Amino acid sequence: MRLAFVLSEIGSGLRRNLSMVISVILVTFVSLIFVGAAGMLQLQINQMKGYWYDKVQVAIFLCSDGSTATGCATGPATPEQEDNLRKLLQSPAVAQYVNDFQYESKDDAYKHFKEQFSNSPIVDSVTPDQLPASFRINMKDPEKYEIISETFSSQAGVETVIDQRQLLERLFSAMNAASLVAVSIAGVMIICAILLIATTIRLSAFSRRRETGIMRLVGASKMVIQLPFILEGVIAAVIGAALASGTLWAVAHFFLGEVMSKQYPDTAFISPGQTLILAPALIGLGVVLAGISSLLTLRRYLRV
Amino acid sequence: MIRFENVTKVYDQKARPALDSINLEIDRGEFAFLVGASGSGKSTFLRLVLKEDRASSGAVYVAGQNVANISSWRVPRLRRGIGVVFQDFRLLPQKTVFANVAFAMQVIGKSRSVIRDTVPEVLKTVGLEGKENRLPHELSGGEQQRVAIARAVVNRPGILLADEPTGNLDPTTSMGIMGVLDKINQNGTTVVMATHDDDIVNEMRKRVVELKNGVVIRDEAKALYTSMIPVVGQSRRLRDASGRDEPPVVPPRAGSRAEARAEVRLAGEGQA
Repeated sequence: MRLAFVLSEIGSGLRRNLSMVISVILVTFVSLIFVGAAGMLQLQINQMKGYWYDKVQVAIFLCSDGSTATGCATGPATPEQEDNLRKLLQSPAVAQYVNDFQYESKDDAYKHFKEQFSNSPIVDSVTPDQLPASFRINMKDPEKYEIISETFSSQAGVETVIDQRQLLERLFSAMNAASLVAVSIAGVMIICAILLIATTIRLSAFSRRRETGIMRLVGASKMVIQLPFILEGVIAAVIGAALASGTLWAVAHFFLGEVMSKQYPDTAFISPGQTLILAPALIGLGVVLAGISSLLTLRRYLRV
Repeated sequence: MIRFENVTKVYDQKARPALDSINLEIDRGEFAFLVGASGSGKSTFLRLVLKEDRASSGAVYVAGQNVANISSWRVPRLRRGIGVVFQDFRLLPQKTVFANVAFAMQVIGKSRSVIRDTVPEVLKTVGLEGKENRLPHELSGGEQQRVAIARAVVNRPGILLADEPTGNLDPTTSMGIMGVLDKINQNGTTVVMATHDDDIVNEMRKRVVELKNGVVIRDEAKALYTSMIPVVGQSRRLRDASGRDEPPVVPPRAGSRAEARAEVRLAGEGQA
């Protein structure tokens, strides 16, 4: 009975205040879009880092079938050449700069490649043979990259030595800056949303002050009086959050999946499914926003 | 049922207290009128009983419990034991008579079947059978007040507070309302009614508590609206007894001009 009563109160409150409720939905929608955009950028950065980025700094790629580098004139790297390189990495001259290193075989490389490019059509046209085996080196001091590069570039069986960080760091710093901008805009929008929710609840409380006055007098509990107002804000915010989540999914699906991944086939993009892990966070944030602002408002305007 | 021990209520430090060291006890099942001019403290008295306000000092007991010790989340339970009726009825205009009374039961979680049984019974008590489906604006003032009374007593409170319930009604209708209140009182509910209506008080011959400037100046059983005892002298004696030697300098807050004159006269006597 009490639940039915609370629900009917919520229904009438939402109907009476429809225009305000719509504005609350839109404002939470826009503010959470920005929060979600920041989240998507971070997901994208993680996706592009791939398997090795956070573990090693320098990669020594070995010759494979298609290699054209001068060191690969003799064809793919042989097991002897690999052993030589491993010994060189363990020799005192090099080992003093190296924390540790790992060997990535062609099969490992294929496995990691498949993971990183799981959302890209390119994955179907690549075979393990096309991918080079590599030594992945975790440096004691990443700045000493040159030493490794000089030592190994000229070795037999080495195609190239790459400092992966240098390649991606710039792109990532740009993306991080973009997500910072998105978060700042989201911050302003969230303040907007909180104030708007507070105003909406205030109006709602004012338009129903007769009812709430009587409810107080006949001894309705605080929960029965205040819950409809809190839930009104929460429902509006959840609708906004759901719209924001849907929009992020659509961006990942149509923009990244259909347009960007065709234009940049060698870049790993996040999948639409991955954006959905942001949805609970956005909805949770919406609920917290509405909850906080309605609690603050009700404490002032709807004392029991 | 209601006991005030040395209760003082100050709204504004600079003005005189709204209630000044009130001592009063109203027993279970009693019917008491609270009379006095505007600003004499009647409404403050009722607000303190409901714990709408806190007493500045002293203790208010309702049903044996000091309301100051009731935590805020238990205040609703206190209010379930008290029905309230106002001068302006305070009905919900878009709800029918039945729905208005049922509302008081819905919000405290009574089941639908209990509501279906109880509401018609209460409407019968207040004399509104057959008008369940009317809207408030389709009723006369007296009938609207009966709905408000039905709503106030539908949860069977031990106390009914009425703040000038006949203030908007003509004398005949008022007597009808008094009949309803008397019937509720006969059923065992303690009734406290603040009023200006001398005809009603004189007709009913119940206990009369008269307030003036926040002080009880008369408390008589089976009394009339105005007393034969000279009020001013009584007032001064009570003032002296309360240990206040300095006369108030500020005129009463919400008082009429006549009251302000009375106050000045009193002050003059206090100095003399």
